[in-house]
Amino acid sequence: MSDVILEARDVVKHFGTGGRFLSRAPVVQAVDGVSLQIRRGETFAIVGESGCGKSTLARLLMRLLTPTSGSVQFDGREVSGARGEALKTLRGQMQFIFQDPFSSLNPRMTVGKLVGEPLEIHAPELSAQARRDRVADLLRQVGLRAEHAGRYPHEFSGGQRQRIGIARALASGPKLIIGDEPVSALDVSVQAQVINLLGDLSRDLGLTLVIIAHDLGVIRHMSDRVAVMYLGRIVEMGRAEDVFAEPRHPYTRALLASIPAMAAPEDHKATVRGEMPSPSAPPPGCRFHTRCPFAEARCASETPVLSTGDDAHAVACHFWRDIAAQAAPPTPPRRSAEAEARFELYRAATEGGTVTHKTATDPQKQTTKTTERI
Amino acid sequence: MVATYSDTQQDNLPGAELLSLTGLSLRFRGQINDVVDDVALEVRRGEVLCVVGESGCGKSVTSMALMGLLPADSAQISSGILRIEGEEIDLSSQTLPVSMRGNRVAMIFQEPMTSLNPAFRIGDQIGEAILRHQGGTKPAARARAQDLLQRVGIANPAQRLDEYPHQLSGGMRQRVMIAMALANDPQILIADEPTTALDVTIQAQILDLIRDLRDETGMGTIMITHDLGVVAEIADTVAVMYGGQVVEQGPVAEIFDNPQHPYTIGLMSAMPRLDAPGGRLAIVPGTVPTIANMPEGCRFRTRCAFAAAACVARPALVPVAPDHAVACHFAPLETHVAVLA
Ligand SMILES: Nc1ncnc2c1ncn2[C@@H]1O[C@H](COP(=O)(O)OP(=O)(O)OP(=O)(O)O)[C@@H](O)[C@H]1O
Ligand SMILES: Nc1ncnc2c1ncn2[C@@H]1O[C@H](COP(=O)(O)OP(=O)(O)O)[C@@H](O)[C@H]1O
Ligand code: SF4
Ligand code: SF4
Ligand SMILES: [Mg+2]
Ligand SMILES: [Mg+2]
Repeated sequence: MSDVILEARDVVKHFGTGGRFLSRAPVVQAVDGVSLQIRRGETFAIVGESGCGKSTLARLLMRLLTPTSGSVQFDGREVSGARGEALKTLRGQMQFIFQDPFSSLNPRMTVGKLVGEPLEIHAPELSAQARRDRVADLLRQVGLRAEHAGRYPHEFSGGQRQRIGIARALASGPKLIIGDEPVSALDVSVQAQVINLLGDLSRDLGLTLVIIAHDLGVIRHMSDRVAVMYLGRIVEMGRAEDVFAEPRHPYTRALLASIPAMAAPEDHKATVRGEMPSPSAPPPGCRFHTRCPFAEARCASETPVLSTGDDAHAVACHFWRDIAAQAAPPTPPRRSAEAEARFELYRAATEGGTVTHKTATDPQKQTTKTTERI
Repeated sequence: MVATYSDTQQDNLPGAELLSLTGLSLRFRGQINDVVDDVALEVRRGEVLCVVGESGCGKSVTSMALMGLLPADSAQISSGILRIEGEEIDLSSQTLPVSMRGNRVAMIFQEPMTSLNPAFRIGDQIGEAILRHQGGTKPAARARAQDLLQRVGIANPAQRLDEYPHQLSGGMRQRVMIAMALANDPQILIADEPTTALDVTIQAQILDLIRDLRDETGMGTIMITHDLGVVAEIADTVAVMYGGQVVEQGPVAEIFDNPQHPYTIGLMSAMPRLDAPGGRLAIVPGTVPTIANMPEGCRFRTRCAFAAAACVARPALVPVAPDHAVACHFAPLETHVAVLA
């Protein structure tokens, strides 16, 4: 079995080309020549600004969209041409988790029906009872309870709905799951629960995960490898630890520097000016040159290619070596020893440690409202 | 240019008290518990106060009450005194003096699209806000609108004046909202999750803008957010809210280096870290209870790993360091509890 489970070769998706004859609408170059290899069992992340083509790329990989050109192979088989039974098998092996746990679940279906539906398609041989048992297993696997099967999505919180979405994705026994912003709509506390769940599942089931996210902290935490996209192209790709510790592309540096609290608070963080240009009129040459603080004349005419050096850390920039030599990458903030010690105590207590109280409470603290004390 | 902070004002030194809220309690009609319970906040001139907490913790409702935007037929404010530059307003009367609105305090809402009218051009909307509060001629208002757009970093402001909201990106809409809020030189800006829907690059630009405005005009800012990264980036002082109560407050450095409330510690631990990736994240178990299901005493006790019998009594918000107060019977944890793995 090959080490590569999913491969894209020079995939292009232009919207607006198949329109009416002489249609004036400009072509949107949503994805423009993306090649990547996703390895079995890894967590691969795609990051970039809104509109850079992440979701379109994900849909191409899943064959929810047909590429304008280029090829996608899953387990060595061409995805683009899959029809009928082959497409059904493919769908069972690659599943999708959506960003919005509210709109992606049919409100009129019970949780049991939502999670059982993929089973009807991919495991039609199961008896009704066997299917119910399997649904109960799946619900437990994602941290819900079997009796939740009889309830409707609106009865659940955002984090629980995302778990339902994950159970549904797991039902067909996929090898690979693509999550399009799977935790972005959640509060940090609930987000941590879902990130842990996805991590456990990928480890326990040997799942390959492709995660799209705009939160770089989430990406750093979850992923083994990262691709950074800008205006339809990958501008940097490599192991997460390398990309975060030694970003090579000016855009990656800008993304990292934009993370709040990344360097000293008095620094101004907005290291890139303005906004991403429209993908229907991308700048010539290096697409980032209109915002790049390091741009030179050559950048506006000559397109840098994504090239892997000797170390599997690829970058598409003419001048990355010079830039890396002159500017230190942004660094995460340090926490005090006191704070770290409390985080440890907190973690121990929430992960099942036994908490004993050394002191009785201070009666002074048992006053009621501050207003009543005045 | 936006006129800088009015020179006729007295007490306009940085650090002077600008706004203080005490004892705000309110509930929505038909509910059995207060959704905002005895909240006190303070903002000084030239400072950014960040109010942080999970969604549903009462952050937006608190700011709506401050703005006098909670209608008496849906919400009942049982107590709350707002002091603003010496003037005292009893919020429980639920009618704010007209002078309060739009002039001294301006607000940026969570959803820019719901507060910009899609049917009107940007220039007309900003111009209208200027005319309503300051009077003057239409051409003068338009000129000022253009200045404001320029001020908030919108390229080609003259052209943008004639565009409609849908023609702008999310980041530009948020800038327009800020421009409108600044139209009347507010002394206090309340911004409800102003960057939540934006990319990090654009978020960084908006945070820079707010910081610059704070420095130039001396305005005080209340920034509501659920993102601790944003807090670390822009706050001078922080109030952590849980279940409609302030559970910890203090200067930003204190909150990050000496967090004491288990909820504050939990939120910080749950954040994925760039410097310590991989493994399992610490979590805050469960979710915020609904208002009807809020426990008596410490509202956090249903999710707190350190809860004990004493926690059925409400802990008071007591000082633990200069300007730093915490509402937990067992803070600081290392003094009061031991954990055996
Ligand atoms: N069906 C479509 N027809 C025309 N244009 C489209 C279509 N789908 C996407 N686009 C355009 O393609 C570009 C890339 O969109 P895509 O949804 O892939 O971005 P994204 O990186 O996922 O952004 P976000 O972070 O906002 O989800 C955008 O300019 C978008 O407007
Ligand atoms: N108009 C309303 N009627 C009843 N309950 C409301 C109303 N507006 C908000 N709430 C409730 O008040 C609580 C606090 O909401 P909110 O202030 O919006 O939280 P936050 O801004 O912290 O996310 C939530 O439980 C919310 O459901
Ligand atoms: S090729 Fe030029 S414009 Fe593009 S990222 Fe490199 S330096 Fe910047
Ligand atoms: S008072 Fe008790 S329940 Fe509340 S935060 Fe402190 S230890 Fe936890
Ligand atoms: Mg998308
Ligand atoms: Mg809110």
